Amino acid sequence: MSLYYLQKFLFQLNRDELAQERYGSDLDGLLGEFDLKEEEATALREGDIGLLYVLGVNGQILMHYAAFLGIEWFDYLDMMRKGIDKHGPVRAGVYTMTGGGSSFTEEEKHR
Amino acid sequence: MSLVYAGVLSHAPGITGRANLVDNVAKRDEFYANLDTQRQQIKDAGAEALVVIAAEHFGNFFMDNMPAYCMGIGEFYEGPIEDPEWLKIARTKIPGAPDLGRRLVCEVMKTVDTAFAEEWKFDHGIMVPLNFLTPNYDLPVIPVNINCQGPPLTPLHRVWAFGEALRRACDSVPERIAVVGTGGISHWPATPDSGKINEEWDRDFLDRLMRNDKDALLAYTDEATYRDAGQGGFEIRTFIAIAAAAGGKGELQFYTAELPIFAVGCTVASFDLAA
Repeated sequence: MSLYYLQKFLFQLNRDELAQERYGSDLDGLLGEFDLKEEEATALREGDIGLLYVLGVNGQILMHYAAFLGIEWFDYLDMMRKGIDKHGPVRAGVYTMTGGGSSFTEEEKHR
Repeated sequence: MSLVYAGVLSHAPGITGRANLVDNVAKRDEFYANLDTQRQQIKDAGAEALVVIAAEHFGNFFMDNMPAYCMGIGEFYEGPIEDPEWLKIARTKIPGAPDLGRRLVCEVMKTVDTAFAEEWKFDHGIMVPLNFLTPNYDLPVIPVNINCQGPPLTPLHRVWAFGEALRRACDSVPERIAVVGTGGISHWPATPDSGKINEEWDRDFLDRLMRNDKDALLAYTDEATYRDAGQGGFEIRTFIAIAAAAGGKGELQFYTAELPIFAVGCTVASFDLAA
């Protein structure tokens, strides 16, 4: 069930300005309201996009979180690839990587 | 007949958010021009309200209580929930149509159970279409969501039934209503595969859609769609609902797989309205 609460944390953060304020001022208190494993809480404290992706966070939730953190688009894609390099394949959900880590846009290849 | 327009369009956040990164500027601008044509078609039809059938991305609905279908009956909405700088759409209020929305919900409920909501924060799935179709936010909007994100997902034959129910509802009220379905066809959004597009699959789907071939449209399984069109392919539900609501054949005004930076095959189409 922990992935459920990990995603619920991000769902609420993504849509609630008060939660976004607390993310900056009271992150531990906010995290404490959710039933999270230590690995998940650490990933959230560190904004570890790669690990969150591998843990199975839905890509739409993760994409909005990355935008909230101010991460540029191509950096976001790289962070997910590096997460897989470090932690292995996506462990749950339908947002798996199927392209072997390749880029599918010329814009990214020549940036 | 009070349904005056039915069409479909893409909604990927890159369409606005990554507009500045595009190499193929001519193709991007051709896409934008077709979206503007769609805006004009809706205006020329005399639409008094715009129903947007979307596939939202956890802006409002989550697995704690996930409706298969939900219709908005709020006085107003807000969006986008995303960082406005990221989506490049300013945060704003969007007028709703609460009285009309309630009447539509009541009619739809005669054959299809739908949830309803008086609060709704729009994500890119609705904001990107509105950015092009009602850029001044002066057309009342009735949002509709079909869950395409959190499985188990509603089966396609129920999507068809919902589209038909929405049509009956629109035809039961005097207001002139436009409906658009907004989603992706094949795409693998928000993953490292972003930009991957199965153009052959897209064109086959669009052929079925433009023919409004119910049997061919309902023949897809989620397993095959996931394999061939990615998790983003689940959003074909929004397009299929529009085909059911329209009843007539479609006209594909624009499709390209040449803008992968937008992470989707960009599509604009309209439908004849069968009596």
